[in-house]
Amino acid sequence: MSAIIDVSGVSKAFGGVVANESVSLSVDAGTITGLIGPNGSGKTTLFNSIVGYHPIDAGSIKFEGREISELSVQQIARRGLLRTFQQTRIYGAMNCVDNMLISLPHRKMNIWDALKTFTAEDYERADQLLEFVGLYEKRFLKSGDLSFGQQKLLEFAMALMNEPTCLLLDEPTAGINPTLINGLIDRLKRANSDFGITLFVIEHNMRVIMNMAERIYCLAHGKMLAEGTPDEIQHDQRVIDAYLGAH
Amino acid sequence: MTRNKTILYAVIIAFTIIAPFAFPNYGTQLATLWLMIIVSLTWDMTGGQMGYNSLGNIFFYGTGMYVAALIAIGLTYDIGDYNSAAGGGIYEFTDAQYFGGLALGVIGAGVFCSLSAIVIGILVFGLRGPYFAIGTLGVAIAAGELVSNWNWVGGGQGIALPVYPGDLDQGKDFFYFLFAAVGVSAFLFAKWLYGTRFGAAINAIRDDEEKADAMGIHTLRYKLYTWAMAAFFVGMAGGISGFQLIHFEPLETAYQTINLGIFMVVCVLLGGKGTLWGPVVGAILFHLFKEITWNYLLGWQWVALGALIVVTVVYFQDGVLGWLMAKRPEWFGIRVEKKVAEQVE
Repeated sequence: MSAIIDVSGVSKAFGGVVANESVSLSVDAGTITGLIGPNGSGKTTLFNSIVGYHPIDAGSIKFEGREISELSVQQIARRGLLRTFQQTRIYGAMNCVDNMLISLPHRKMNIWDALKTFTAEDYERADQLLEFVGLYEKRFLKSGDLSFGQQKLLEFAMALMNEPTCLLLDEPTAGINPTLINGLIDRLKRANSDFGITLFVIEHNMRVIMNMAERIYCLAHGKMLAEGTPDEIQHDQRVIDAYLGAH
Repeated sequence: MTRNKTILYAVIIAFTIIAPFAFPNYGTQLATLWLMIIVSLTWDMTGGQMGYNSLGNIFFYGTGMYVAALIAIGLTYDIGDYNSAAGGGIYEFTDAQYFGGLALGVIGAGVFCSLSAIVIGILVFGLRGPYFAIGTLGVAIAAGELVSNWNWVGGGQGIALPVYPGDLDQGKDFFYFLFAAVGVSAFLFAKWLYGTRFGAAINAIRDDEEKADAMGIHTLRYKLYTWAMAAFFVGMAGGISGFQLIHFEPLETAYQTINLGIFMVVCVLLGGKGTLWGPVVGAILFHLFKEITWNYLLGWQWVALGALIVVTVVYFQDGVLGWLMAKRPEWFGIRVEKKVAEQVE
């Protein structure tokens, strides 16, 4: 298996605060990889660095073998590397279907394609994916009126609509009703197996990440603390200490 | 529903064609109404649909006026000589020169304004929210001042264009129909554009530009194109205005930031921002209000207009259409759909 994302020696500091210090990791194509770590350990900073929200201070980030650390957010997204947000971001004033249609992949679109109206296939795909995340019945409601959990599902469906090669999910289950979490895990796994999308997931819920990921990285204080299979991570004394607050 | 819509459009088109003959005394007013509709519709393309509130769209109106006039004059005479004589009755235009100059001038104005929207857009689209509004306002004000100090284009005196060759009442109808043609085109263009993927992309920019970025939408490109499209229609409208007014000057007529430049924003807010019909409804209501107060409240007309602006901005931000949408959401397709088996289209 080849690495689709290859991060090596990435450092990022905000003024005096070192958020990531020489972090290296790799995500294999077609897998689900997890990223865990206590609050403030630099997980979201690393995500932001990968998708181009801010320049990195040192190191290199490769996507499908090509350096992306100098590219803008848009350019990276158009290569098929997409992220969802910890604070869900959807277009609140529009209904779910419109949210989906907007998310069509613009990397496959030139200006003349953009000047076409949405096709029946576009609508069909939007409906299918809304069905997939369980929002079909609410598809004509204003998305801003949906519950937080439903908005997360919508954001996930929008990401799938964009047909990414690799999807970075920032805490997909945060704020979701525990009874719905199993359904979400199942859908994330199906997105990986059925649609072939590589997933790289930040997650605080240990049960979720241990269930899903094939390989897990653990960050603490901006440094890579441990990596391994869920089993290895669960029994790694350093990880346990980091989560329990021992230093 | 579709049948009702067809009837509605037929009635509007019929009224558009009959209006100047049914109300011959209001020919110029009706032409101005179409101008208001054009500038409001195009303002809403960026302001309402894309979330970029420009206070500088009047730049395209003024620039269109100048470009059209300069093309029309330049095709026949030396521009510098013509303007230093301020027309002066020395320079005659044949019918062919007049209409040819007008046609090429108006189209040229549209094209020139589109291109300038791209160039200025690259500079100002880095600004967000109120900064974008002030930045664009600055462009319009600066352009007015620059032009009024440029003698080759008539300086502070402006430009005197040839008078419509032929019967003047017929001339009024001519300009009415020119404005109406541009207005109907702008409306149909906007109606089509908002239904495309392009339309969806600019709505995405309005609702959450950072998210649009993260989804890989070419945000800057779409912003530039949208403004260029709006500028095309405003530039043409400005060009027609120049010929209709015969004489125009830079600060009060062409780059009239505090009149038309603000009116177009108020029209859109009054009618309903971000909707297709809002700017049209708003322009009609605003124009009626303005003409009525100018006739019956003379002396207080600016106070009444100011009050309308304040009330709209403070209490009625969503406008007529926005208010309707809140009252009758089902008219606008907001509904819960219960899934029936096999109903998936």
